[in-house]
Amino acid sequence: MSFGPYASFIVTSYAAAAIVVALLIGWVVLDYRSQTKRLRELDRSGVTRRSGRSAVDMPKTTI
Amino acid sequence: MSLIDLANPTRFLALSARVLPWLAAATVILLAIGLYQSALAPDDYQQGATVKIMFIHVPNAWLSMFVWGVMSVASLGTLVWRHPLADVAAKAAAPIGASFTFLALLTGSLWGRPMWGTYWEWDARLTSVLILFLMYLGLMALWRAVEDPSRAARAAAVLTLVGALNLPIIKFSVDWWNTLHQPASVMRMGGSTLDKSFLIPLLVMAVAFTLLFVTLHLAAMRNEILRRRVRSLQMMQASRVAFSSEMTPGARPESASKGAA
Repeated sequence: MSFGPYASFIVTSYAAAAIVVALLIGWVVLDYRSQTKRLRELDRSGVTRRSGRSAVDMPKTTI
Repeated sequence: MSLIDLANPTRFLALSARVLPWLAAATVILLAIGLYQSALAPDDYQQGATVKIMFIHVPNAWLSMFVWGVMSVASLGTLVWRHPLADVAAKAAAPIGASFTFLALLTGSLWGRPMWGTYWEWDARLTSVLILFLMYLGLMALWRAVEDPSRAARAAAVLTLVGALNLPIIKFSVDWWNTLHQPASVMRMGGSTLDKSFLIPLLVMAVAFTLLFVTLHLAAMRNEILRRRVRSLQMMQASRVAFSSEMTPGARPESASKGAA
């Protein structure tokens, strides 16, 4: 597969898309970890939701 | 399951946790197929190999408008039906939409340089998409500027609905004005003008990027629900601390001395 004289434009486009998508995935994953960590800290300090359920009472997921 | 059932954030968290792994897997598989087909697509007789940029530029350009459309529907949900997850959906979608719009502008610019001889031209299509990008940034700034999420939600919803006026301008800019950008070649009256060897990889990539958006959006909505849970618990904790310090004898000597006087 040869991109000819336009290789730099094509490769830069795909690389930029890969970087931006990777940043979006990273943002979502890190934000999830940060929020669950803060919820666990609040749970440990005895602050619970009005429903009485734990602050981290939610289904487990992969992110 | 109806929209009313999904109005319960805990139920939404449970459902999205079950759906997310499947969505992520489908996204990865479709992206792999789309990229493979894009790599095998022939060179265009006029544009040469640069036509490969189309397979990421066009899906991102479509999604830049689609995401704003999703945010507009969510804004109606906030203002009209006061759906508890509507503003969560709108807020979570904005950074993702901004990223797709940025990619549409960047890849379009990189495609334009070899084909048009310039990275940028202030024509109607390019300028209206740049305005869309700036509106995404403005919305994100608004969400950050107002501390109370419900107040921010109403202001952002109004701004989103006003900004939706830009969508038909973007879509029809190539028909209404004389622009450097080519007219619509896929979604047009009379069918697509693209050959199947380009159209099929393009549609696969478009579906793959749409699935990517849905996956990221659901995950970001979950994060936003958790962030609000953290905020309400922190407020509860702060009010408990304030209440207990008021109840402790000698904690506020100035009020005690006033009472004695």
